[in-house]
Amino acid sequence: MMEDLAMQMLELLMNSIQAGAENITLEITDSLRNDCIVMLLLDDGKGMSKELLERVSDPFTTTRKTRKVGLGVSFMKGLCESCDGSFAIESEEGKGTKVRSEVRKSHLDTPPLGDLGAMMMYAIQANEDINYTLSYRNDQNEFVFRSTEVRKELDGVSMLEPEILLWIKEYINQNIKALEEG
Amino acid sequence: MKSLAELKKMREAALKKVEMREEGKDYRVVVGMATCGIAAGARPVLNRLVEETAEKDYNCVVTQTGCIGMCVYEPIVEVYGKDGSHTTYVHMTPEKAVKVLEQHIGKGEVVDEYTVDAAKREA
Ligand SMILES: Nc1ncnc2c1ncn2[C@@H]1O[C@H](COP(=O)(O)OP(=O)(O)OP(=O)(O)O)[C@@H](O)[C@H]1O
Ligand SMILES: [Mg+2]
Repeated sequence: MMEDLAMQMLELLMNSIQAGAENITLEITDSLRNDCIVMLLLDDGKGMSKELLERVSDPFTTTRKTRKVGLGVSFMKGLCESCDGSFAIESEEGKGTKVRSEVRKSHLDTPPLGDLGAMMMYAIQANEDINYTLSYRNDQNEFVFRSTEVRKELDGVSMLEPEILLWIKEYINQNIKALEEG
Repeated sequence: MKSLAELKKMREAALKKVEMREEGKDYRVVVGMATCGIAAGARPVLNRLVEETAEKDYNCVVTQTGCIGMCVYEPIVEVYGKDGSHTTYVHMTPEKAVKVLEQHIGKGEVVDEYTVDAAKREA
């Protein structure tokens, strides 16, 4: 089973959410010119100790109590490495975490980017109070989604209203598609 | 092309509904969804729940949480009532999710055959 990149990124977003982050930024650079997709995730969650950080890419590393394996990080690392890319995590306890995942765009095993709108919708459904920033940039242009802007427009109405969730998903996908089409 | 300006109208529509129902929603529907859940098909269940709730205006919010740690029962949907009630539905499909919305959220009746207790009795 190979998931698309959006769903792998969702796993990383879920880690940031579970780490108690208040601000999460995901920057995606999709470059034909450099033949790569770079996914940079930044959070201000509780971070990891040096010791945990050293073990985190091992599937048998998890701090969850319900299951003995943690798959989010090890999957993404494996995916990047099998797609001629690279994977790196930096983290500081009490400060936050930075995860950089890169794949080669033209590699045969590189999965499609997938549904970034749905990814953001699911993240909001996991915790609507976090400030999410999603940026998608290709060689020509950039689109940035900020949940703070949506929240401001909604002025007291929850982003969890189903119509709003679906709107956010479409808003992101339409804008990214327009950008891809130039 | 959608723009942020549309949100103003959507806000007003949402506010009207909220006023109609006074204090918030009666139910919270939570889909368990981590790597294992996605693999087991939680995503289509979640999508259908959001779409149906938007379309039929059910009195609930739909959220998701990482894996609940009962992988053999995935996809799992939990329903929390404002009255403190809690029901766990297991082995969900989009079709079963629609039924839970109709019967549980719509009429307040638990769909017994989809609950974790029913699954345990069968095992
Ligand atoms: N952004 C983060 N901030 C703080 N800790 C993190 C972060 N990402 C991962 N971790 C730590 O690394 C562990 C392993 O993460 P991983 O996603 O691989 O598995 P998991 O989250 O434990 O389980 P799963 O993702 O399979 O549900 C986590 O349990 C958590 O302790
Ligand atoms: Mg995880």
